Amino acid sequence: MAETRYSKDHEYIRIEGDVGTVGISDYAQGQLGDVVFVELPTVGKALSKGGEAAVVESVKAASEVYAPVSGEVVEVNGELEAAPGTVNEDPAGKGWFLKIRIKDAGELDALMNEAEYQDYVKSL
Amino acid sequence: MAAEANTDTAGAAAPLKTPLHARHVALGARMVPFAGYDMPVQYPAGILTEHNWTREKAGLFDVSHMGQCFLIGPDHETTAKALEALIPADIVNLAPGKQRYSQLLNEEGGILDDLMITRSIDPDEDGALYLVVNAACKDADYAHIEARLPANVKLVKAEHRGLIALQGPGAEAALAKIAPEAAEMGFMTSRTMKVAGIKANVSRSGYTGEDGYEISAAANRIGEIWDTLLLDGTVKPIGLGARDSLRLEAGLCLYGHDIDTTTSPIEAALNWSIQKRRREEGGFPGAARVQRELAEGVSRIRVGLKPEGRAPAREGTEIATPDGEVIGVVTSGGFGPTLNGPCAMGYVAKAHSAPGTQLNLIVRGKPLPAVVATMPFVPNGYKR
Repeated sequence: MAETRYSKDHEYIRIEGDVGTVGISDYAQGQLGDVVFVELPTVGKALSKGGEAAVVESVKAASEVYAPVSGEVVEVNGELEAAPGTVNEDPAGKGWFLKIRIKDAGELDALMNEAEYQDYVKSL
Repeated sequence: MAAEANTDTAGAAAPLKTPLHARHVALGARMVPFAGYDMPVQYPAGILTEHNWTREKAGLFDVSHMGQCFLIGPDHETTAKALEALIPADIVNLAPGKQRYSQLLNEEGGILDDLMITRSIDPDEDGALYLVVNAACKDADYAHIEARLPANVKLVKAEHRGLIALQGPGAEAALAKIAPEAAEMGFMTSRTMKVAGIKANVSRSGYTGEDGYEISAAANRIGEIWDTLLLDGTVKPIGLGARDSLRLEAGLCLYGHDIDTTTSPIEAALNWSIQKRRREEGGFPGAARVQRELAEGVSRIRVGLKPEGRAPAREGTEIATPDGEVIGVVTSGGFGPTLNGPCAMGYVAKAHSAPGTQLNLIVRGKPLPAVVATMPFVPNGYKR
């Protein structure tokens, strides 16, 4: 079964084998407000943990989405170009940003599991 | 995820509260610091919904943080001339009950603030002008004005008043239910009337590009007017986020961003706000610069910019020619919900300012094609 882990910057990564699906949490989309534009990386791009992976823009501001782990981009969600509001409507599902081939599974250990992330959000 | 740009954080001291603060909190607004006040940036509906509601129905805004004051002198001409010494608009010939937009200028012709000036319609109030200035500038404005008034004209702050704006095509119908006289008013006029039984100054104006009103009333009564208007199903509360996207689509300047002490009203393309008599006679701070720019033209000018793609270009984005020469900077930019796409305004070298000129906006290091566009981006709905 796929496991989801979270960064302190509110990115999630849903792990299926050596590929992880990256997006932003429901808390993050709520904080951003209406998403009006998403800039995605090109397939094949090498991302390093904590580096910029994508840009998400609300009516008010632009925000960076960081790579929760290092790896190579293997797929991006092109649907977001025409329908960026999907990030608000279904952040954990259809509102995913990109898929990454995980370079070092050990980096996942530093991320929070679901329960830890929910506690973290409550503490904010 | 991390925000690159966010709301104004000026005012590190404990934030001030408007008379409607508790209502915003009760409505579930997200409150942010703005110009020293704790203000609603959005309500639970969100900026897009609030923006669209205002364009289609009627949006209700708390603008009580703005500075309201009166200039009071012995007669209209004396008070008007005292104010004309500080701004380039014709106030002497402003008719009773009429309103005008202008700018406080410094000696170099730079803009200290922009403001609305209203002459009372009531003959008993002859000699009184009502001013509304920006929240972030009000203390400096008052000091600037007071230091330059003749002895027989006084500035009286109206700190005991609240101010709300009702904006949108449904504003007239909604306000007329509780203030029937409001329906008869023309654009940029002002009257005193009872609104929901409460004495208020009502003007037919606003800053969204829509028809609408601004309603000024005693701080301890303005909440009753706010509550009564919200009982109308066509009226929803709207936060500062949508106020910004509405005024951007309307091509209206935001002080501290699109205009400031470095920009003249001519560079800012606000020529329409300087009436003929003042252009000819001068007699306001920076008149030499303004008259020279009117006669000889400006080297840079504020224009609208329409990015061709979907990516918004924010304040500070460099503007370049297709050859890569940087010729200006974006001063306001974002996503226009009614336009359903990005829009921006900024200053460019005069040679590149004609509508239709192809330019590039340098967003995150990449040149994105854009075209110089006429403003407003969205046709205005003013009552003429």
